[in-house]
Amino acid sequence: MNRISKNLRKNKICIIYLLPFFSLFALFVILPVLMAMFLSFTDYNLLQSPQFVGFENYSDLFFNDEIFTQAVVNTVTMALVVGPFSYIGALMLAWVLNELNRGLRTAMVFLIYAPSISGNAYMIWQLLFSGDQLGYINAFLLNTGIISSPIQFLTDTEYMMTAVIIVTMWTSMGTQFLSFVAGLQGVDQSLYEAGAIDGVRNRWQELWYITIPQMKPQLLFGSVMSITGAFTVGAVGAALCGNPSTDYAVHTLVNHMTDFADIKFEFGDACAVATILFAAMLLCNQMIKRLLKNVGT
Amino acid sequence: MSKIGSKSYRSVAGNIVVFLFLLLIALFMVLPMVFIFSNAFKPLSELFIFPPKLFPQNPTFDNFINLSSLLGDSWLPFSRYVLNSVFITVIGTAGNIIISSMAAYILSKKNFKGRNLLFQLVVLSLLFSSVVTAIPNYIIMTKLHLINTLWAIILPLLPSSIGLFLMKQFMDQMVPDTLLEAAALDGAGENRIFMQIVMPMVKPAWLTLLIFSFQGIWGTTGGVFIFDENLKTLPTALSNIVSGGIARTGVSAAVSLIMILPPITVFLFSQSNVMQTMSSSGIKD
Repeated sequence: MNRISKNLRKNKICIIYLLPFFSLFALFVILPVLMAMFLSFTDYNLLQSPQFVGFENYSDLFFNDEIFTQAVVNTVTMALVVGPFSYIGALMLAWVLNELNRGLRTAMVFLIYAPSISGNAYMIWQLLFSGDQLGYINAFLLNTGIISSPIQFLTDTEYMMTAVIIVTMWTSMGTQFLSFVAGLQGVDQSLYEAGAIDGVRNRWQELWYITIPQMKPQLLFGSVMSITGAFTVGAVGAALCGNPSTDYAVHTLVNHMTDFADIKFEFGDACAVATILFAAMLLCNQMIKRLLKNVGT
Repeated sequence: MSKIGSKSYRSVAGNIVVFLFLLLIALFMVLPMVFIFSNAFKPLSELFIFPPKLFPQNPTFDNFINLSSLLGDSWLPFSRYVLNSVFITVIGTAGNIIISSMAAYILSKKNFKGRNLLFQLVVLSLLFSSVVTAIPNYIIMTKLHLINTLWAIILPLLPSSIGLFLMKQFMDQMVPDTLLEAAALDGAGENRIFMQIVMPMVKPAWLTLLIFSFQGIWGTTGGVFIFDENLKTLPTALSNIVSGGIARTGVSAAVSLIMILPPITVFLFSQSNVMQTMSSSGIKD
């Protein structure tokens, strides 16, 4: 009898605590996603009601849309470089900062997170990569005699991808970085002392055997944020190289989706791209979860 | 509390190299923000120099003076927009942190059927692009008759998947189950355990969420959901002023500076407290 009433009370608490979040979540997150997935099987121009077309949007994308194929290649290329680098970079930065004393660390965290606050991150890169002789990189290369005429970093297809990847890595670290900084505060300090006694000899061993295993929850969070950051690259390319970029050299799935939704008003196709992107990220997420299980043991 | 030197197996040379490297990265990262500050005090002529100078040659307050006279001409008293923005930011940020933390507590510490399913749903929702959920969201708002109310901005921001995910991961890491069991045995109710034990222990987590949440909501324009001038937010009003063309470049520099001051303040407040927690809460099992 007593157990039953205790269970009832526990259930009541669970429901009361979960309800505010999950009722709004169902209404404003899950429902829109399901609607978008449904719309990916329709022809919908926002004015007339959607017409069901089965898999036509998907087959059009895969078989009749060369730019989509290019966007897939570009997105995967960027994701493979940006994802791991921003993830490991954010962890390394947070970890090294943890060595500093409190005032210095707060200052450094602020400086490194600054691009996420200022929101005008592109301007500095435009200065660096600018295609005339005033662009910083070109000016340097011209003055030192390495090149004789300025390189068009942002319109020459040979350099665009590299430029966009560098800028994206630099802008996409913020969220993971801050959560790693906070996560390091939760590492049990006595473990480090115990580690020193047990023969931890350098900071790499300390990172691998103590810090990383202790930070697994944050690492999992960071990996999901890395995946979304890496696969949804698009704004950087559009801001730096224009949309559409020369020969679609840095055109990504997000750019493609935005074209469908905002320019062509083919909303069904936009939803199909979103669903494909979702599937790709899901696959990637499962792979990383497997990897993380074996890390730091 | 300096930790450098407290561990015998670390080399001093290593520390110096690492620090210099960090300083280099940090100075590069902060450059765009430095430009926001210096541009706001540049006269119009200097704003068009390419490449731009890092610091103004003839610093001036003209941009701010021009901005304030433009604001005086606007339709509504400027305080209206500020009030709207402050309202959605405060309610949105506080609500977001509270309801995410409550749900995260149950998902992290209570065992029940469907717990994993709920959590996976939250993680998966992070992977779906918000570009295409905007239209369905508009349809839902219309059906709920929330169009042209501030709630159309606030409500969708409250159930943030990032918030719940972040809070749950930190509760998994920082709050030992044994401590909660002990507290329950001592007769502490669920509300008390949540408010007085769990939340103080995961302070670094909600201080971090505060930054994400504040930043996201502060920059919200309301977009298609709001058409009544009375309900427009600060970013909308300011972007209307800035869109007055190339002659407004100076004013727009002043606006950029004003817009980033609140997020900077919140960031500094939050981070200086995140760092504090480590020395004060030594509770671990």
